[in-house]
Amino acid sequence: MKLYLKIWRQKNNKSKGSMIDYEIDNISPDMSFLEMMDVLNEKIIEENGDPVAFDHDCREGICGSCSMFINGEPHGPDKLITTCQLHMRKFKDGDTIYIEPFRAKAFPIIKDLVVDRSAFDRIQQSGGFISINTSGNTLDANTIPIEKENADKAFDAATCIGCGACVASCKNSSAMLFVSAKVSQFSLLPQGKVEATDRVLNMVNQMDEEGFGNCTNTGACHVECPKGISLDYIAKLNREYVKANIKK
Amino acid sequence: MKKLFNSSIGRKIAMALSGVFLIVFLTQHFLINITSVFSESIFNMLSHFMGNNPLVQFILQPILIVGVIFHFVMGFVLDWQNRKARPVKYAVYKGSRNSMFVSRNMIISGIVILSFLALHFYDFWVPEMDYKYIQVLPEDPDRYYEELIHKFENPVRVGLYCLSFIFLSLHLIHGLSSSTQSLGTNNKYSSIINKISYAFGIGIPAGFCFIALFHFFMHFNT
Ligand code: HEM
Ligand code: SF4
Ligand code: FES
Repeated sequence: MKLYLKIWRQKNNKSKGSMIDYEIDNISPDMSFLEMMDVLNEKIIEENGDPVAFDHDCREGICGSCSMFINGEPHGPDKLITTCQLHMRKFKDGDTIYIEPFRAKAFPIIKDLVVDRSAFDRIQQSGGFISINTSGNTLDANTIPIEKENADKAFDAATCIGCGACVASCKNSSAMLFVSAKVSQFSLLPQGKVEATDRVLNMVNQMDEEGFGNCTNTGACHVECPKGISLDYIAKLNREYVKANIKK
Repeated sequence: MKKLFNSSIGRKIAMALSGVFLIVFLTQHFLINITSVFSESIFNMLSHFMGNNPLVQFILQPILIVGVIFHFVMGFVLDWQNRKARPVKYAVYKGSRNSMFVSRNMIISGIVILSFLALHFYDFWVPEMDYKYIQVLPEDPDRYYEELIHKFENPVRVGLYCLSFIFLSLHLIHGLSSSTQSLGTNNKYSSIINKISYAFGIGIPAGFCFIALFHFFMHFNT
């Protein structure tokens, strides 16, 4: 396949970036999107250029690092996958592909397509955990009976890989889907209930401080989420947040 | 509690509550107006009541005005904050692949409704205040129907009203279901809420359109 790429290039956080055109040939439809980027970078390096910086790690859809905004959608046109799981057979010979970084004030660009998602880490640090003694005398989790429905819901929420596609796809750059998943995965379980009030207050507070937008309930996030985290968790987050405010 | 309304979620809850309040008002307004289609006397009686009852005039009316102002000011604030949250825009952004057009353009439909409200105030509210509180004319309980059909003689006005109702419809289709989500309604009800949202969002504005057109055509030659 021959492809026309338009890729956002930006030297560093301070400089102004722009879309740069690249042409690439002999791309196999069986390649993954990141492999196509590797081939492009080899070509750029051979020509003594500066390769396109992009994030990636596991390349199997579990780490959440790969973060491109491809043809107007995070992780490209396919649903329920990350960029590393996207294959070139989703494109046609002669296609033009726009490749941009995830854009949000709270995700500043480091270089080219690499953005700083440590805002998510700070939200997690503000309450996305349970305070449990792990020095050897931990109880087996299975000694506490948990209804199947809640166990399943908590597990679904816990599949969030913190990729940031929800923020990238949202017209308001809202992080509500991520935060709702991280709050729910604990608050649905007995071990997480103990600190539920402080957790939701602190995490929402941190989310607001990071400069994410407000939620307009467009639903873009749950359609683009590689793990299919449901909008239901946002409604649940709203409920929990109000309850916590009344308690405090 | 102070924190609540300074937070993103709190602002959305305030937005949803003011939106739901406006929806209740709109329903009430529609139910009164629709009587004008089949009974001049019922319409006059209800309008006279609403226009002269002190509870409605001096308590409910100010609450409504504050509610409307709160809603659109908050709408602008949220929109401004949301734009600020993405300072550099995407070169290509395919919102249609993941969300409804109406949900992404609440501010546009809102601004059209706001301009309509200005016209509507000028048409009915300003003359009404002038009649009652400035000129202090003697109350005639049968004047309301005449005033109504007089307004709908003008085709330009009827056209503008109908156009605005289309935008109101776009606003409400998303607005109603969105407000329940903001208020934390369990999503097992979302399919039924979405249906109600569509029915209400299309039905009420279409009803208002019908009223305007009905009077326009009924009194076309008179
Ligand atoms: C009769 C008039 C109106 C009614 C019944 C109404 C109703 C609603 C409802 C129910 C919502 C959903 C709230 C939520 O999602 O939490 C909403 C949202 C919104 N309204 Fe209105 N509205 C009206 C007029 C206006 C006007 C005049 C504006 C002026 C700009 C406006 C701007 C907005 C905006 C921007 C939103 C989206 C807020 C967000 O979710 O981010 N609305 N409206
Ligand atoms: S909610 Fe989905 S889109 Fe958002 S960070 Fe988690 S996995 Fe990624
Ligand atoms: S590289 Fe780990 S999810 Fe894509």
